[in-house]
Amino acid sequence: MTSAYMDNNATTRVDPAVLQSILPYFSEYYGNPSSMHSFGGDVGKRLEEARTSVQSLLGAEHDSEIIFTSCGTESDNTAILSALSAQPGRREIVTSIVEHPAVLSLCEHLERHEGYRIHYIPVDRLGRINMDAYEAALSEQVAVVSMMYANNETGTIFPIEAMARMARAKGAIFHTDAVQAVGKIPLNMRESAIDMLSLSGHKLHAPKGIGALYVRRGTRFRPFLRGGHQERGRRAGTENTTGVIALGKAAELALSHLEYENTRVRAMRDRLEQGLIERVPYSFANGDLDNRLPNTASISFEYIEGEAILMLLSRAGIAASSGSACTSGSLEPSHVLRAMDIPYTAAHGTIRFSLSRETTDAEVDWVLTQTPAIIEQLRRLSPYWGSNGPIQSDKGFEPVYA
Amino acid sequence: MWDYSEKVKELFFNPKNTGVLEGANAVGDVGSISCGDALRLMLKVDPETDIIVDARFQTFGCGSAIASSSALTELIIGKTVDEALQITNQDIAEFLGGLPPEKMHCSVMGAEALHAAVANYRGEEWVDDHEEGALVCKCFAVDSALIEKVARENSLRSVEEVTFYTKAGGGCQSCHEKIEDILQALNGRQPEPVKVAAVKAAAPALTLVQKIQKISAVIDDMRPQFQMDGGNIELVDVEGDTVKLAMSGSCMNCQSSGVTIAGIQERLMLTLGRPVRVIPASAPHA
Repeated sequence: MTSAYMDNNATTRVDPAVLQSILPYFSEYYGNPSSMHSFGGDVGKRLEEARTSVQSLLGAEHDSEIIFTSCGTESDNTAILSALSAQPGRREIVTSIVEHPAVLSLCEHLERHEGYRIHYIPVDRLGRINMDAYEAALSEQVAVVSMMYANNETGTIFPIEAMARMARAKGAIFHTDAVQAVGKIPLNMRESAIDMLSLSGHKLHAPKGIGALYVRRGTRFRPFLRGGHQERGRRAGTENTTGVIALGKAAELALSHLEYENTRVRAMRDRLEQGLIERVPYSFANGDLDNRLPNTASISFEYIEGEAILMLLSRAGIAASSGSACTSGSLEPSHVLRAMDIPYTAAHGTIRFSLSRETTDAEVDWVLTQTPAIIEQLRRLSPYWGSNGPIQSDKGFEPVYA
Repeated sequence: MWDYSEKVKELFFNPKNTGVLEGANAVGDVGSISCGDALRLMLKVDPETDIIVDARFQTFGCGSAIASSSALTELIIGKTVDEALQITNQDIAEFLGGLPPEKMHCSVMGAEALHAAVANYRGEEWVDDHEEGALVCKCFAVDSALIEKVARENSLRSVEEVTFYTKAGGGCQSCHEKIEDILQALNGRQPEPVKVAAVKAAAPALTLVQKIQKISAVIDDMRPQFQMDGGNIELVDVEGDTVKLAMSGSCMNCQSSGVTIAGIQERLMLTLGRPVRVIPASAPHA
């Protein structure tokens, strides 16, 4: 083994069985499912089977609670904007400071241009939501609460069920961005207080460009895209038939691998994380270690910068990602790590390794053998690092900051 | 992944002149930890001749920060202190075969470290007057801090004025919403709308003369921006879809001529409605 794909929270490989399941719908049955001829083949039926698969994965009561969309971002935007327009009298939104930009950017826009009041609930050093602040923010003025199920950078899982029940008590609609959680942890919408839930296909071995929004029956809903009758008028636009069929197949496979994710994948993640921390001095794991996704490890390598680490890892055939500023084109380090109060010199050197059911022990071994030398090489270049460890602060490196 | 030049990759994987320089008599520490960069530049200057006989660096930063630091040491070794001070961040970027617009700040940090080290050598105090914000205009590599500063100092009210003063927004125009947000925050009211050009009738294929006239009009339109920075641009030749331009003078914030050319190219494509390649012509600098 001379390579390792450890970036499954960014995207996953399309499962070969998923790919096989959709090929005929590009070449033979390419008709529009709405058309009255046979070129559509059984595609309409296949879309409904896919809906049932997603329903099963989420443990939803009705298949009509699943609306197919183009991606997680569309699902998030649809959910929040729908909740606002369905309750025009309520002018506040509650969310967390560590949400994905799909939620945060929309909230910032609504705050600046539409006059909504947004409550950004903080997290602690382990990325856990501040429940007191959450409780204080809830009121009859809140139209929608949008909280991520599990964090994309650290994997930390929020107490979503409890939070959904608290929101319901105030009459607020509760939405969760579960893009990272679906397919990795069991869900049971039947017995949940969650009103809306977003998911994305490409995080669970379906292709990019397909997502879904769960909307509990009875939740007041206003479409984001208006037009044709598709998705019962709740999401107009010709169906992404191949995407939908693929997501159905992927959901079926995810459900059958849930236990594997939580046993074998978790064990490989733990071996990787513990192995790296043992081998590399001045490194530590981030997040709520006992309550997080089974596939995610966020490790800070102090005194060096993430993009440089990624470039050297990439040369060694290892794909990972960083919470560093420099990979995103923004100047600030990850808003998630900053919200957790991780020191700058550690936040910049934080690498996320995210595994999947396709990850092998040989890949874990490869990362464990390659990474220590890479960290050492970069520390030799760092002004914060002396000959054998970090420079003591009294005679340390104190640059003039811009 | 960034589209780094081969030279950047080469100097990142195998940087030159790294580590602590024993006996250094000039040290410059600069950085911006929030953007993930910090650099210590160490020089050994011969007090008799003022020549930089050796230079080394330590960098906490991304690939291009490390490559920029390496490039800086290579550029200054063997030069006198005064000669070295002539080196700009543009020289560093050009030595590296160009940098992505988001990464130009790495070359700026290199130039600042040099000034800090020289100040240290001469026993002077060095003050960093360079502010940095999020990149707004990708075509011309202009960040929010600069737009805010210039807009405040000149009471700018419209996106067009911002483009005139800073070039930001003058290329592909995708960043106009961000510029409007900055102006709104600064002035507390909606900025004046951008004047939208009338929709042109589907143009027949242009003759060469018509094409040159249109290109000249764009360049005449943009020239005042360059003249404000003490520079200029002239059309040298047009061959098919290749436009040759001579650029002269220095620019206040066009951090490298490569970035400026990309911006002009976007603007010409918008006007001509077809792909255009702009290349710098080998005209002597004014």
